[in-house]
Amino acid sequence: MPRLPAPPLPKILQPKPQRPGSGNGKLAPTDAAAEAGLTVVDWIDERTSLSGGVRWMLFRKVPRGVNWFYTLGSATMFAFLSQAVTGVFLAMYYRPDATGGAYESMRYITDQAFLGQLVRGMHKWGASVMVILVFLHMARVFFFGAYKYPRELTWIIGVVLLILTIAMGFTGYLLPFDQRAYWATIVGVNINGTGPLVGPYLSDFLRAGPEFGATTLSRFYAIHMLLIPGLIAALIGAHLYLVTKLGISAPPWLRVEPDSDPQSELQPERAEV
Amino acid sequence: MADRHKNVKSKYTEERDMPGSFEGETVTRRRFMTASVHTMGGVAAAAFTLPALGFALGPLFSRVPFQWQPIGVPSDFPNNTYVAKVLTIVPGVGEVGKSIAYVRARDPSIDTEHADQYNQFVALSSRCMHLGCPVRFTPAAQRFICPCHGGVYDFRGVRTGGPPVRPLDRFYTRVRNGLVEIGPRYSVNSELHRFSPRDPGQPLDGIGQYLYPKRFSTSVLPKD
Repeated sequence: MPRLPAPPLPKILQPKPQRPGSGNGKLAPTDAAAEAGLTVVDWIDERTSLSGGVRWMLFRKVPRGVNWFYTLGSATMFAFLSQAVTGVFLAMYYRPDATGGAYESMRYITDQAFLGQLVRGMHKWGASVMVILVFLHMARVFFFGAYKYPRELTWIIGVVLLILTIAMGFTGYLLPFDQRAYWATIVGVNINGTGPLVGPYLSDFLRAGPEFGATTLSRFYAIHMLLIPGLIAALIGAHLYLVTKLGISAPPWLRVEPDSDPQSELQPERAEV
Repeated sequence: MADRHKNVKSKYTEERDMPGSFEGETVTRRRFMTASVHTMGGVAAAAFTLPALGFALGPLFSRVPFQWQPIGVPSDFPNNTYVAKVLTIVPGVGEVGKSIAYVRARDPSIDTEHADQYNQFVALSSRCMHLGCPVRFTPAAQRFICPCHGGVYDFRGVRTGGPPVRPLDRFYTRVRNGLVEIGPRYSVNSELHRFSPRDPGQPLDGIGQYLYPKRFSTSVLPKD
């Protein structure tokens, strides 16, 4: 198979070629050790061609004039990753038990577990940060006109991700199971119920019955930590694929400059993958 | 006659070049195979999706049983003020399953709705009909007041101010063996006609009773 072009390493990091006539064609043990990492990467890449995808994703052309506003999407993704990691570890201590175990386990996490307050705080405040970042990212895309052809599907997936993020906030709010969580969920489920025709059945689905009952909490917990995170992760993948496939849009204040060379690829509106 | 049709190719036979296919054939082995594999895949996916979905949606369709709960003797309840009683709405979940009912004896001079064996004692649910916060009875004002968004109800539980969309829900009551017992919840419209229990925020006047239909999960009063 054709060898991939060498990564753009600075000169000092590139392996020195042996002088002509020296050595017997084999690598010295130290050199072999130094290149062990590359050998492993090469071994995997020869069988998966993953580096092509990585290169396609990371070493792509971007239009002139990109700025810090373009980092809001990545920031949102990292907020999600932070929520995912802290959430997994909170799940090791949390018990979705409506008879009092849930609140007790939250108290244990906050007051006694080592770094529990920190990890719970990261999850709690990170949730607000993620919602804020989602809206800032959406505002950037809106005001820069980046939702226009051919990126409409990216926008639609983004809107679904926004809805799922709000649903995460709603289901996660119940889990501490204190008075605030309980009554906020009562109110939230009843707001759901005001939807004509389907509302009553939707709130029955959320509560697992006509009243807030024994399995409401575990239902919210399952939705919060299994159903929606899976959907969000899958849709982030689709969102990123489209971003890479279509390229990012130029800032709206850039004008097309008349170029002396019509073959030039440097015109901002031509930037493509 | 037969010769005239012999060389006409059927427009349905697209895969006539495949080995083993013949002219006029519409379902080749390949198409049959494709269809069967897709069907098997669909059956396999449905075999785990449908039970899981039914499992998740089951609570919508299973009717919750209820028990009559004794709350006191008739002399406990005057007809000019309310007595708060703690009820178990959902058994087995501790505090979460409890709710408060405000109970008084029926006063025919103000309770003009039709009297029957189930409303000799008026039991109002403390659940606000705006979004479900707990209302409290304020004796000095003879009003029910909701702390969340300022819903106000009069002495009969009929909305007099704020965002609630209908009067406070009620519970069936009856007297058995000298004890006042409290039964399932029901909702009322602004004329205090009974409806099966609806969630807060769902109006029952006019078109409301059709926009927010009866659910399959709520307790019903047994015929006795």
